[in-house]
Amino acid sequence: MAEVKLKNITKKYGDVTAVQNMSLDIPHNEFLVLVGPSGCGKSTTLRMIAGLEEISGGEIYIGDQVVNEKDPKDRNISMVFQNYALYPHMTVEENLGFSLKIAKEDKEEIETRVKEAVQILGLEELRKRKPSQLSGGQRQRVAMGRAIVRRPDAFLFDEPLSNLDAKLRTQMRTEIKKLHQKLKTTVIYVTHDQVEAMTLADRIVIMKDGVIEQIGTPLELFEKPATKFVATFIGSPSMNMIEAKITNISGELYMETNDGISVLIPKHKKNSLAEGQKIFFGFRAEDIVPLKFGQKPKNSWSMTSKVNLAEPLGTETLIFTNLGNTEVVSRMFTPELVNSNDDLEFALNLDRTYLFDGDTGLAI
Amino acid sequence: MKQIKKIAFWLLVLFLLILICLPGIWIFVSAFRPNPEILSKPANWIPDRWTIHQFTQMFSINGYVSVPAFKYLMNSVIISSVSTVIAITIGMMGGYAFARFNFRGKNSIFLSLMLARAVPGISLSLPLFILFAKLGIINTSFGVILVYVAMNVPFTIWLTDGFFRQIPKEMSEVARTDGCTRLQAFWNVELPLAGPGIGAAAIFAFLLSWNEYALASIITRTVHSKTLPIGMMDYLDEFTINWAGMCAIAVVMIIPALILTFIVQKHLVSGLTFGGVKG
Ligand SMILES: Nc1ncnc2c1ncn2[C@@H]1O[C@H](COP(=O)(O)OP(=O)(O)OP(=O)(O)O)[C@@H](O)[C@H]1O
Ligand SMILES: [Mg+2]
Repeated sequence: MAEVKLKNITKKYGDVTAVQNMSLDIPHNEFLVLVGPSGCGKSTTLRMIAGLEEISGGEIYIGDQVVNEKDPKDRNISMVFQNYALYPHMTVEENLGFSLKIAKEDKEEIETRVKEAVQILGLEELRKRKPSQLSGGQRQRVAMGRAIVRRPDAFLFDEPLSNLDAKLRTQMRTEIKKLHQKLKTTVIYVTHDQVEAMTLADRIVIMKDGVIEQIGTPLELFEKPATKFVATFIGSPSMNMIEAKITNISGELYMETNDGISVLIPKHKKNSLAEGQKIFFGFRAEDIVPLKFGQKPKNSWSMTSKVNLAEPLGTETLIFTNLGNTEVVSRMFTPELVNSNDDLEFALNLDRTYLFDGDTGLAI
Repeated sequence: MKQIKKIAFWLLVLFLLILICLPGIWIFVSAFRPNPEILSKPANWIPDRWTIHQFTQMFSINGYVSVPAFKYLMNSVIISSVSTVIAITIGMMGGYAFARFNFRGKNSIFLSLMLARAVPGISLSLPLFILFAKLGIINTSFGVILVYVAMNVPFTIWLTDGFFRQIPKEMSEVARTDGCTRLQAFWNVELPLAGPGIGAAAIFAFLLSWNEYALASIITRTVHSKTLPIGMMDYLDEFTINWAGMCAIAVVMIIPALILTFIVQKHLVSGLTFGGVKG
């Protein structure tokens, strides 16, 4: 029952700045996901909240208390680690009850709470087993159970699913989501998998090199990426991104790619651009479709290009083709066969293109 | 061809085994026969007459004591046990610190500890003798314990450092988010996991103390503090040597060492190799 607040948090390891000036408000009961590429400071942030890593600057609040100087044990948080870190010398039920035993709860209370957790997670049969006798998925469950039993103010997860196979990962993802709805506790969840982030989060924090790139709901990040990095990071396949320059052809602004392809700039973007400005021009795969199998968008630009490769995935087909010299990917939802080396006419929906500044990467 | 190689290999093994075991076997059989028979030529491998005379005399069962072997045994047990308990306690704390914490001069401290271990003990005997004589702790069990603790601490630190390193540091981190203090996390989680390794390190330390001769021979003088290996020398008279008595003492010494070595052998290689990960 607590909100978590970070105020200008910084973490330095010698000369390396792992996290820089990070501020974040996490209201009670929010499922917040920290996502970003490897080494961007996600784990470091989480470990600072847990109290396992000292803070070089700034303040962390849990509830309305500053916890900078508090030991992990006094923060009333639970953490689930990537490798589960189950106590190998204890049985499942001892693992689950350990925190309560340390807190000197009486036996009956421990038993009721362990029982409750075991039921929620379907571990009844495994209570007497040691961690070495469990499968990866079961270990994962025990690790979560251990966190639940404590009834913490906040759960911290550090890539809890990354050691599971794809199928189990999807299944556990759903379970974590359900668990959150049941328990109604603040969750801070670290992952580098954007699909996990999109499906689980109330809000996502995208980090890069120790700095927050953007905070928002999954849809906000998908629809209105604030930077080129966010645009390419969120969404699968990754947003197509083409380098271009703004040119003026008889009074109209165009973006011209390195290989001389010109595309008219949509009207509503015109005002914020200057002739000669370098930009990145981005669009998602589903916004460039083969005309033959789709509808021509209202405001579009077309090209004819050869198919490099087609990947039929059942409900959708990914088609790789070239726009000038850059390979772009198109996604169509019609189950039609496309052959490599076919020439197809593609239509790009200009209303759904994104422009980013060539130097700063900020959205225009 | 393969067959011959195999036979040759096993013959070599057998030969080496005999070579290694012969002195032991000789000591064992000699402990159970009268002294003159030991000196007979040619050597007599199987005693004509078995006797436990040396043992009854050693433990003064028939009332007459030439060598107070029982007292020496007690000295050995006390000195080895106490020094082991102290050395392993210090070693455990030191090893944990080296494995888990970063502090200034960590590597040089570790290195100097290991170098201290490399100094041949005997070269310290004279300074040690003078120092102990001045302090008035020459010929006391306390003095011997002190020396053995100093001798064993670097070794136990080195071993336990390796054992603690094997335990993922998430183990104590998760315990701490589960409500433990650092000490509770150590006590409830890390120590039980490192337990077998620490036990092995303790046995090593015990064996080193149990078998030590060079330094004990300098700082122990009388029945007060002499350990078994030193006590054995009592069988050397001016004119005669009681080989049978010496062999009997040797048997008493070897048996606990043998048992402990059996217990620890599983950890012997692993213990020494993971200690070795650290440079
Ligand atoms: N103990 C340390 N000493 C020095 N640098 C460290 C230490 N721990 C982390 N770092 C550095 O801090 C940065 C952030 O690391 P962090 O573990 O938070 O990354 P991450 O986002 O969790 O990455 P991953 O997805 O790979 O787990 C990295 O550049 C890393 O090299
Ligand atoms: Mg990480």
